[in-house]
Amino acid sequence: MLFRFLFFLIILFPFKAFALIEVDITRGNLSPLPLAVSPLSIDSKSKEGFKKILNKKDVGSEISKIISNNLKQSGLFNPLNKDAFLQKPDIAHLKPRFEDWALIKAQALVTGKVSLIEGKLRVEFRLWDVLAGKEMMALAFTTVPNNWRRVGHIITDKVYERLTGEKGYFDTRIIYVAEEGPKVKRVKKLAIMDQDGYNNKYLTLGNELVLTPRFSPTNQMVTYLSYFRNMPRVYLLDIETGIQEVVGDFPGMTFAPRFSPDGKKIIMSFATDGNSDIYTMDLENRVVERITNHPSIDTSPSYSPDGKYITFNSDRSKYQQIYVMKNDGTNVKRISFGNGLYGTPVWSPRGDLIAFTKLHKGKFYIGVMRTDGSGERLLTENFYQEAPSWSPNGRVLIFYRETKTNSKGEGFSTKLWSIDLTGYNERLVETKTDASDPSWSSLLSN
Amino acid sequence: MSLPFLSKKPIDLPPIVSVELIQITDKTNIPFAPKAKKIIEKVKKKEKEKLVSEQAPPKIVKKEKPDAVPLPDKKIDEVKKIKNKKQNPEKLDNEVKQISEFEKKELFDPNNIAALIDKSKEETAENTTKTDKITQDREKNVSTLGLSLSEEDALKAQIFGCWSIPLGLPYDKDLLVRIKLKLKPDGSVISSEILDHEKMNKPGQRFYKVLAESALRAVKLCQPLRVPSTGYERWKDLQLNFDAREMLEG
Repeated sequence: MLFRFLFFLIILFPFKAFALIEVDITRGNLSPLPLAVSPLSIDSKSKEGFKKILNKKDVGSEISKIISNNLKQSGLFNPLNKDAFLQKPDIAHLKPRFEDWALIKAQALVTGKVSLIEGKLRVEFRLWDVLAGKEMMALAFTTVPNNWRRVGHIITDKVYERLTGEKGYFDTRIIYVAEEGPKVKRVKKLAIMDQDGYNNKYLTLGNELVLTPRFSPTNQMVTYLSYFRNMPRVYLLDIETGIQEVVGDFPGMTFAPRFSPDGKKIIMSFATDGNSDIYTMDLENRVVERITNHPSIDTSPSYSPDGKYITFNSDRSKYQQIYVMKNDGTNVKRISFGNGLYGTPVWSPRGDLIAFTKLHKGKFYIGVMRTDGSGERLLTENFYQEAPSWSPNGRVLIFYRETKTNSKGEGFSTKLWSIDLTGYNERLVETKTDASDPSWSSLLSN
Repeated sequence: MSLPFLSKKPIDLPPIVSVELIQITDKTNIPFAPKAKKIIEKVKKKEKEKLVSEQAPPKIVKKEKPDAVPLPDKKIDEVKKIKNKKQNPEKLDNEVKQISEFEKKELFDPNNIAALIDKSKEETAENTTKTDKITQDREKNVSTLGLSLSEEDALKAQIFGCWSIPLGLPYDKDLLVRIKLKLKPDGSVISSEILDHEKMNKPGQRFYKVLAESALRAVKLCQPLRVPSTGYERWKDLQLNFDAREMLEG
C-alpha cells in the first residue's frame, strides 16, 4: 500500500533536477596585488641593542621598508601606505583584525617581530591571507645583525614565492662594469652590488679595461674579460674569498666568457686566423674544445639550463641572426627570422625563452622569443641598449642603455635598467656611477 | 695570483651567513575555541568511521588484459587521425556548397523573378516562425538548465574584476581550478569547495595551490555575486572554473 502511495507521489510530483551550472573564468585582473607590510615590531631592549650595533633607530621598520620596496619594484604587488594601517604592529603580528586590513583593500598582510638574542638578530614573520582570514606562512631567521638587509630580501623571496608560485630574485647580487670619465677616456672598474643597488663595492682599480663579467649559475664565482698588456685575458674571481686566477690568454678578439649551467666549463668565442668561432674550456683541466667551425663570425654563446643546447649569434646567413645547436656543435638551426639584426642571445634559467638584442631601422630593442624562435616579443625600444641578463627566476631582465651625446659630444651616459616579461615594468637600477654589462647572480640563500 | 691592476684592498662584502629557517606555524597558530574543538572532534570521528568502512575488503575486480591498453605512441596516432577526419568533412562541405550555388546560377530564370520573391517571402516567414520556436525552447532550457548569456556575462565581468591573477604561474601548464559554491538568494557565498582539493598540498603542485588561493580570494572579494534575481533553485549551486592560461600567454 505504502509502496503504491510513494509511486503515485513520484508520478504526481516529479523531482526537478537541475544540472550544476558551470561558468568559465578565463580573464582576470593583472594589476598589482594590494598587500600591507606592517612594520616589524621590536621590543625596547632590542631596539637599544641594535641602535648600538647597527646605528639604526628602528631596524624592524627598516626591514619592512626593504620588503615593501622589493615587492613594489617587482611590479606584481602594490604595498599599501602604512599611514592607512589601523592595527599596531605587535598586535597585528599576534592576531590581525582582518576586517581592518580588508577595509584598506589589502589582500595579503606581512607582520613580524625583531629581537636581539645573545648578540644575534632574530626575525620572525608571518604572511596572512586577509580575505580568507588565515595564516599562509610563518618563518623565523637567526643571523648576525649586519645581515639585516639580507633578511629583508630573504623574507621578500618567501612572500613572493608563496603568492606567485615562482621563486623570488631579491636575495641576489649584480656584477657590472662601473664607468667614469668622458666617452673617449672611460675608466672602467668591476663592481658588485645587491640587486636593489645597496652595498656597492668596486673590485678592480680601473687601470685596465674590464668587460663582460658573468656570474656562475651555481655559486659566487665570476668570470670576466680584461686586457693585460693589450692581450685579452679571461679571469675567474671568487666573490666570497676575493681570490682570482687567470683562466688563460687568448688570441685575437675574445668575447663574453660565460659559465656552463654546472659551473664546470666556460664558453666563449675567440678568433683564430681572423675567424671567430665558439670554444669551451674545462675549468679543471683547462682543455679547450672547439664547438663551431664556420667561416662566419660566431659569438655570444649561452647554454640552455640543462646544458644540452647552446644558443649563439652568427652572420652565416649573411646577416647576424640567432642560432641554436646541440652542445657538441651539431644540429645548428637558425631561430630568428624577423627583420633586422639579432645578437647577445641568453637562455632563460627557466629554459622556456631566449632573450636578445635586436637592431632594426637604427633602433635597439630588448626582446624574448621561444627557444624554437616562435613568439618573438620586443619588450623595450631605445637609441642604444644591449646585453640582457636574466634574474635567477627568469622573470626579469637587466640590461644597459646609453644616452645620445649632443653636438659638443656631451651628455653621454650609460645606465642599468630592468624590465619584466610583461614589458610594462621598466625601471632604472640606481648605481653610483655610470654602469654597463650587468650580470645577475643566482639566489644567495640557495 | 696577484694582478697589477687589481684592488689591493680585500673585498669588503657583507659575510654570507647561512640563515636558519624555522617553521613556527604550529607554535604560533591561534588555538581553536572550545566549541569549535568539539565540532572538529565530531567531524574527525565521522571521518574515522568513514575510513573504517573504506577499509572493508575490496571487491574482486577482474584484471584487465594489458594488451587492451594502447601504447602512448598509438594513442597519439589515433588523435592525429581523428583530427584529419575532422578536417576532411569541412572541405567536402565547402565543395558541396559551391556546386549547389553554381547549379542555382544555372537554374536562375530572370523572367521568373516574381515567383522567386513570393517564395522568398514564404521562406522568411517560415524562418521567423522557426526561430521563434527556437528562442522559446532556449528560454525553457535556460530556466531549467543554466544562466542566460547576459546573466553569465554579468557574473563573469564581476569576477574578472576581483581576480588578481598570480603572474608568476607558468603559461604552458594545464592549470584549472574548479570551485563549487553554495549561494544564498542574494548572491553571498554560504560555502566554497575546491573540487580537486587533494592537489592543494601535494608536493610539486605549488602552482595549483597559488592559483586556487587566488581564485578563492576572488570569490570572497566579489561576494555578493551578481546572480539573477529569479530562479534561485537553478543557480544556488554554482561551479566556477578558473583558467589563467589565456591571460598568462598574453
